[in-house]
Amino acid sequence: MSSSGAYRLAQGGQLDRSRSLSFTFNGRLLSGHAGDTLASALLANGISVVARSFKYHRPRGIFSAGFEEPNALLRVEINGAAVPLVRATMQPLVEGMVVTSENCFPSVDFDLARIFDHAHALLPAGFYNKTFKWPGWHTYESAIRRMAGLGTLPTGEDKTAFFRHNLRCDVLVVGAGIAGLSAALEASRAGARVTLIEQDAELGGRALCERTPIDGRSSQSWIGEVVGELKASSQVTILRRTLVAGYYDHNVLTALDLSDNEHPTGPVQRFWTIRATEVILATGAIEQPLMFAHNDRPGIMLAGAVRAYLHRYGVAAGRRAVVATNNDDAYRTAFDLHDAGVEVAAIVDARERVTAEVEEEAKRRGLKVLRSSMVVDTRGTTTLRAVAVHAISSDGFRLRDNGVWISCDTLAVSSGWNPTVHLYSQAGGRVRYDTSLACIVPDSCRQRVRIVGAANAEFAALSAIASGARAGREAACSPRESQPVPRGASSEYRTATNGIQPIRRAPQTRSARQWVDLLHDVTASDIELAARENYAAVEHLKRYTTNGMAVDQGKTSNLNALSVLSEVTGRDIGALGTTTYRPQFMPVTFGAISGDARGDLYAPPRHMPAHQWHVTHAAQLDDYGGWKRPACYLRAGENRDVAINREVKAVRSALGLFEGSPLGKIEVRGRDAARFLHRIYLNNVTSLQPGKVRYGLMLNENGIVIDDGVFACLSPEHYLVSTTSGNAERIAGWLDEWHQCEWPELDLVLMPVTSQWAVLTLAGASARALLQQFPSDIDFSAAAFPHMSFREGRIGGRRARVQRVSFTGELSYEISVPADEAEELWQELMQRGAQFGITPIGLEAWLILRLEKGFLHVGSDTDGTTNPLDLGFGPMIQKKVGDFVGRRSLMRAHDQATSRRQFVGLEVLTTGSSLVAGAHIITSPAPMKRSEGFVTSAGFSPTLGRFIGLGLLEGGHARIDETVTVFDEGRTVQARIVKPAFFDPSGERMNG
Amino acid sequence: MSHYSFLSLLSGALGRHRRWSQAWRTPTPRKAYDVVIVGAGGQGLATAYYLAKKHGIRNVAVIDKGWLGGGNTGRNTQVTRSNYFWPESAAFYEHSLKLYEGLSRELNFNVMLSQRGILTVAHSHHELESLRRWANAIQVNGIDSELMTPGQIKKLVPLMDLEGRFPVHGGFIQRRGGISRHDAVAWGYARAANALGVDIIQQCEVIGFHRQSGRVVGVETPNGTIGAGSVVLSVAGHSTVLAGKLGLRLPINSMALQAMVSEPIKPCLDTVVLSPTVHMYVSQSDRGELVLGGGADVYTSYAQRGGLPAFQHNVTALLELFPAFRQLRLMRQWAGIVDITPDTTPIMGRTPIEGFYINCGWGTGGYKAIPAGGDTMAHTVATGQAHPLIAKFCLERFVSGALIDEGAAAGVAH
Amino acid sequence: MLQIHCPYCGMRDEEEYRFGGESHVTRPTLEASDVAWADYLFNRINPKGIAFERWLHSYGCGRWFNVARDTVTHEILAVYPMGAAKPQLSKVESAQTREPVSRAMRSVGEGLS
Repeated sequence: MSSSGAYRLAQGGQLDRSRSLSFTFNGRLLSGHAGDTLASALLANGISVVARSFKYHRPRGIFSAGFEEPNALLRVEINGAAVPLVRATMQPLVEGMVVTSENCFPSVDFDLARIFDHAHALLPAGFYNKTFKWPGWHTYESAIRRMAGLGTLPTGEDKTAFFRHNLRCDVLVVGAGIAGLSAALEASRAGARVTLIEQDAELGGRALCERTPIDGRSSQSWIGEVVGELKASSQVTILRRTLVAGYYDHNVLTALDLSDNEHPTGPVQRFWTIRATEVILATGAIEQPLMFAHNDRPGIMLAGAVRAYLHRYGVAAGRRAVVATNNDDAYRTAFDLHDAGVEVAAIVDARERVTAEVEEEAKRRGLKVLRSSMVVDTRGTTTLRAVAVHAISSDGFRLRDNGVWISCDTLAVSSGWNPTVHLYSQAGGRVRYDTSLACIVPDSCRQRVRIVGAANAEFAALSAIASGARAGREAACSPRESQPVPRGASSEYRTATNGIQPIRRAPQTRSARQWVDLLHDVTASDIELAARENYAAVEHLKRYTTNGMAVDQGKTSNLNALSVLSEVTGRDIGALGTTTYRPQFMPVTFGAISGDARGDLYAPPRHMPAHQWHVTHAAQLDDYGGWKRPACYLRAGENRDVAINREVKAVRSALGLFEGSPLGKIEVRGRDAARFLHRIYLNNVTSLQPGKVRYGLMLNENGIVIDDGVFACLSPEHYLVSTTSGNAERIAGWLDEWHQCEWPELDLVLMPVTSQWAVLTLAGASARALLQQFPSDIDFSAAAFPHMSFREGRIGGRRARVQRVSFTGELSYEISVPADEAEELWQELMQRGAQFGITPIGLEAWLILRLEKGFLHVGSDTDGTTNPLDLGFGPMIQKKVGDFVGRRSLMRAHDQATSRRQFVGLEVLTTGSSLVAGAHIITSPAPMKRSEGFVTSAGFSPTLGRFIGLGLLEGGHARIDETVTVFDEGRTVQARIVKPAFFDPSGERMNG
Repeated sequence: MSHYSFLSLLSGALGRHRRWSQAWRTPTPRKAYDVVIVGAGGQGLATAYYLAKKHGIRNVAVIDKGWLGGGNTGRNTQVTRSNYFWPESAAFYEHSLKLYEGLSRELNFNVMLSQRGILTVAHSHHELESLRRWANAIQVNGIDSELMTPGQIKKLVPLMDLEGRFPVHGGFIQRRGGISRHDAVAWGYARAANALGVDIIQQCEVIGFHRQSGRVVGVETPNGTIGAGSVVLSVAGHSTVLAGKLGLRLPINSMALQAMVSEPIKPCLDTVVLSPTVHMYVSQSDRGELVLGGGADVYTSYAQRGGLPAFQHNVTALLELFPAFRQLRLMRQWAGIVDITPDTTPIMGRTPIEGFYINCGWGTGGYKAIPAGGDTMAHTVATGQAHPLIAKFCLERFVSGALIDEGAAAGVAH
Repeated sequence: MLQIHCPYCGMRDEEEYRFGGESHVTRPTLEASDVAWADYLFNRINPKGIAFERWLHSYGCGRWFNVARDTVTHEILAVYPMGAAKPQLSKVESAQTREPVSRAMRSVGEGLS
């Protein structure tokens, strides 16, 4: 025997026996070989119990050799990073791997929670719906939550690199078994760009696990030749150890690529998005188990898995085996074990008749075949010790004798193979139960998909190859432009699992439990109970019993559950229907799905043109609608509030410089530019003279204010629209939609230029004086350049657009220069402005300045219910001639009601009290009756020396000077309603 | 009907669970009913239950083309809360939450209401102002809500990264909010309604309506007409399709809303966490799965499957807030078809067609409204007068312009 | 993930586009009644089956165009320019009847009368 375990055969298997790998399992040091999976290494070392079941904490052993594994879900730690629920059957063995069983205490061999197994009679399906109602669920919940959950959160430093990749191909072949290989081969020969994806590290599928010859030669040689040709073709991309888990609309599929997950320099997982013109699914089939009492003991394994361990890994699943089956296929397990020198105690076949050829083979080997018999019960604790075999009636429902106990440590079970139609179903394909094949088969699908091989119930090797080849040829030649139509799955090559007779469940003795879903501990009696209580619809059954809802998604339990339900209800399986398969076919790592889209790559922050200057001058950068903007600039010893107050005062008393580059800027040019904008703005547009600027509101069609800003007339056919910073893209798109979709006859071009132009705004009494220091062709004198006008020219040699508008109430110029010249101009303004006491201003001070002025900030002072009448724009609408977006909505009585929430100012009356945005104005302090509105903006005004605010208040326009109660988090203050203009209401400063 | 209790479970165990009776019958439809409810989701079943229980109207049928609870009731993410902004919404959803709080006992069926709190987080100073407005509105409406500092949030949800691309500036919690078991709600109402004599007719599609002098007097099914004194339409996702058969146009768009679960792990998240900005919410079910949701696919859809982009955005948003979940695995994703109304408020009550009532437009939030939706619809049908709690949810509001825009108020949909 | 054929740029992922809702909705004048205005503002056909809707290739050419799409299968049956009449899809039946769709409906202009 080899050093890699007592159950390792002296020869056989596709392993590198020269390389030993050591690992620990629950603290025990074990070894295996390169090429082993964790499961094969554990089996080779004679480990029978690998986990405890979910509900009853029963000992469980390795059950399968593939992705369908319901038992061996283990915590695997590699290089200090531990991940829960790793399928041991899919995890390649890695040197130094630390493996532990979860959901058991104190150990997997002795688990105290096994007590639930003894109380199982109290825990039937849905027991929690019938109990735990007094005094309330919360009394029991935390204890029950702790019992639930299979794994624990990953621990250790996660060094995995996650990437997202894209791939486009003519033909995507999923599954590289013999059907998939021949499909890929023929498609590539026909000239198609082919992608072949296989979840295993090796290509060949089931053929790797069998010794059955293909086409008169060994399967290895057949696979080798096909793979050789595929690899040599430049048209073919092969991805191994990549799981196609999602099949979406329009032939877009996703796959998790684990091929570098054990990379020595650190794990890598890739998430592929594949766009394929044609898809061929060659996803194989999953062998189904039989149901009998205590069919969950360690040592009971799918018959095909026993062969897989034997042929691929050189591991004998046990010393003395019994094979239980309802078909010919599982006989191969008995023959192969026997030929490898493992004792086969009996073949227990539920059928009356066996194919002559198979019977002959058994006879030749001297194997005992018990026909019309089933394993009905088992014994053993941590390992299987014996199975009870009874003769049964031909329908499988009754026992015909008292049975015999046959001792064994391994029981290979097979109830035939069921096509893996999950991806087909995800694609929208219909599936149905086929009575003669005794399995679920693909029917038809509207996507451009073909399904071949065992996935299409083509269980004979030559059929699978022929079917795959034909699908490959057809897919490669399929016309690209044709529409998908319901495409039937081909039934020409279908063959049943050899001679299967669908007797899946042994007659029940006593009340011994027969497991259906191993992972969720669902038994046949749970399904009977559900049916008895009329949870007999497939979806109800699934949800009531939780059968098939565990992490294996019922890959070895769904069909058996249907079978029991059919037996109980007397309805055919085909009439019961199946649940819809949904993505993901196999669980996919969250990290891979999001790839490297984390942090700044999740949402790239936008930087303003003078960003570097701000950063080097102690700007406190916050996120404002995706832009990183200075909230304020901190000086030594200042906190934010102090800095903000200082900046406000600087503007009021001297001069401030503010970068407003995110301000939305849209150029509108063309003969109909004015007509277009006139239909957009609430304000009159056509009357605006060149060189003039006007403030305007935009509404949506429901009359709600969506944006405000100024628009300038550059010439009769050229306008510049400004939007709020947060809405720049949205408004540009919205204007374009009106133009393209509603008024395409209007002759104009819309051009968003937000990022082309930086905006530097000077605000303060000496703004003009500073600008006049620059050589410029613009006359900045008050007479030549009044408030609300626009000039284009050069400032200090730079091309500039200047709008004399004010958000602060001070004399103010918004200077737009090409973005790449912004930082230079900023520095120059700072230098030349030093004599005027120029100060850089952050956004928070800027907002306080406008609050003092009572100017509206759309998005803060308005919400999705605010119309322009609420803001006092009624008179302006009266003056507007013609329709504009939203006008008709404002004519509804509800929109004109004066009881609506209207825009007002608030001043705190309670001395020493503050006012915060988000506080509500309520009818009376106690008992709190009702909210009449809320504070939308608020803050301390350094200029006025008190807290002020803006808000929306029911009937507010008529309530000026009223005293109201303002509520915030249980505290109240008194405030007076005022007109929303706290500072310089006549506008002398900004007009000056 | 078997009464459910620990004792009955014990006695069931002694009888090998062979004596449990059916949770609901599979009745043959009668010729006519006083009320026919189309759609055996939570809303329809609850309406039937309260009609029988509170109004003595027991000659009621609930008809569904599929299985009871098989639509959005069985597809949602199980959140129950009443932290709504506008008083109309708050009063309605608070009524619903209160009914939920007594529902397991009312129905003698454990719906596993877990009031673990629902936390909404803000990622900037200005978002926090919006949340403050929201939280204060809830308090003024007499419902529990508290603002939380980042420090308090860290303590409550230690796995959340407060310093990521969108740092957490604070949030607010409704502690009575939480989750419950969606299937159990449907089954509990079905069982209780059945016990009161309601016929639940599954796998029977309503393909049209029977009218007499303008009034709806029955529903057409492939197996013939079933007469009805009144018809209530509760078919989220398909409301326009069925209302259209009566020529009634509705302000509804059907969209596929996605949800997904991870593999189950031991408890690591004890609160429902929601971020309106990154458009993501997550909770951990009692089974241990992380349940997450967020965006709908952005186009009209009647396909009960989710698209790839919305799903990727959801997962990416989750990891931005919870990097600790990167190595967990996504087990299953699905979608439900939701009715989206222009103001995210449902449409309930009478219609211009005599005898025809609608209960639709639930958007993403119908599950939490099941008890109140059923109670108020039952009242409306039984009395012919809109229940005061839903008077403003009427269809006429779209003509008058009196929308109740929760999205706008919460500052997320604006 | 939808693969949409932009008439100006070719086949692209749905993420490059923005959905614009039902197309062929006529905007009433200011004289419309409250009921007619509400119908325009809010009510939609929202068909289960073939929808005529508009899409914008926002991360591409920036052009709006119309799409006839099955809202159950998500199959795209026709793409045609803004302003063009709804294509005659009478030969094309909805998802439930599973009829093949003529190739001509794919590209702009073709199949339009």
